[in-house]
Amino acid sequence: MTEILTAVIPVVIIGIICAAVLVVASKIMAVKEDERFPTVRECLPGANCGACGYAGCDGYAKALVEDESIPTNLCIPGGATVAKQLSEALGVEFEEVARQVAVIHCYGDCEHTQDQVDYRGMESCSAANLLFGGKGECIYGCLGMGDCQKVCPQDAICIENGIAHIRQSLCIGCGLCAKTCPNGLISMMTDKVQAVVSCSNIDKGAVTRKVCSNGCIGCRKCVKVCPSEAISVVNNVAVIDGDKCTGCGECAANCTTNCIMMYDENGLHRV
Amino acid sequence: MTKFIIILLSAVFINNYVLSRFLGICPFLGVSKKLDSATGMSCAVIFVMLMATAATWPIQMYLLNPNGLGYLQTIVFILVIAALVQLVEIVLKRYIPALHKSLGVYLPLITTNCAVLGVTILNIDEGYTFAEAMVNSLGSGLGFFLAMVMFSGVRSKLEGADIPKCFSGLPITLIAASITSLSFLGFGGVVENLFA
Repeated sequence: MTEILTAVIPVVIIGIICAAVLVVASKIMAVKEDERFPTVRECLPGANCGACGYAGCDGYAKALVEDESIPTNLCIPGGATVAKQLSEALGVEFEEVARQVAVIHCYGDCEHTQDQVDYRGMESCSAANLLFGGKGECIYGCLGMGDCQKVCPQDAICIENGIAHIRQSLCIGCGLCAKTCPNGLISMMTDKVQAVVSCSNIDKGAVTRKVCSNGCIGCRKCVKVCPSEAISVVNNVAVIDGDKCTGCGECAANCTTNCIMMYDENGLHRV
Repeated sequence: MTKFIIILLSAVFINNYVLSRFLGICPFLGVSKKLDSATGMSCAVIFVMLMATAATWPIQMYLLNPNGLGYLQTIVFILVIAALVQLVEIVLKRYIPALHKSLGVYLPLITTNCAVLGVTILNIDEGYTFAEAMVNSLGSGLGFFLAMVMFSGVRSKLEGADIPKCFSGLPITLIAASITSLSFLGFGGVVENLFA
């Protein structure tokens, strides 16, 4: 009996001492956390996508609690519902969130352009892009290796017929794909009916025409027909100002190469 | 002085905790994927090994041994090291938030990690004095650091390699680890003869 006790008692005593030290230490050195932090953090979706510009949902919640001036509508995946909840939790004014969607500015699929070389390297757009701008004839176009597909947290992107397609109905607007694309083909735009140029080739029209039958040749026809002066040609490719575009579809109907598409509730499609 | 250098070098190279003694394999395989997390983890291990030795050596020598309680070594060491790591975490969080941010994730992970426990117990078994035990812990931590950093390099090369499907993932990692470990056999007998 005494042998057991001589073993048990020292261990128990050491355990109690350790416990006491830890309790005292955690009481004395407790770090004060804003009591609103857990509530604010609860409101956020927890996707940690970084679309708000902070390091994950924890970072945004922390910033919100510490600084009143930070707007509550930065969470794009959460949308208006989360913004409303955040405003209630913090007791500040609520502002509407415009839903953002990703859109790709290239339609050089297998029917419009060809492969130039047989690429057998890593299955990654950024790797393929380092080798003479990828396997396709157009060095500005979609490489079709699915880097955007891999980062998409919603599985909203699929690779079909050699190019990436974005299903805007699933898109939460985090913008991760736009940051990932080595050719910068993906941009974020407001979710409303509008025209989208599906080409990013900045070469002269004749050169563009040779590599892709979908390419924008910079003919300025769309600039002339646009009733709201929303289109300009920059670096041999048409650029549409989404704020001015009314979605009338004139440009898409008159485009020489059919590279202007319309975006509406059905996604991106030709006219 | 020579003795300290021999202890330090043999702890780093010959008796490397990961590659020769095969202790601490879990973080070695788990956290070695990226260089920055590997260094973060290793720094935390060095720190905890030193702290743990500083705490457990006196307990063994002045508390357990005089009372004939040497057989309680393992359980008491686990208890003390776990409490110590928790305490260190609380202190770091309060006073050095930056360090807590970089080491914080790894500290609870290595609470009585087998490498940490191994160092403290082997220090006693080898009959080291307090100073020798501290040098040995430092060497063991540095050895862990060396193994982690080297292996994270190997793994980043593996990422881009064309590996047969049946070997990709953990199998090729284990094969690479065994080859790295074999290469450390080459250090056997080097340190003893350095000062001969």
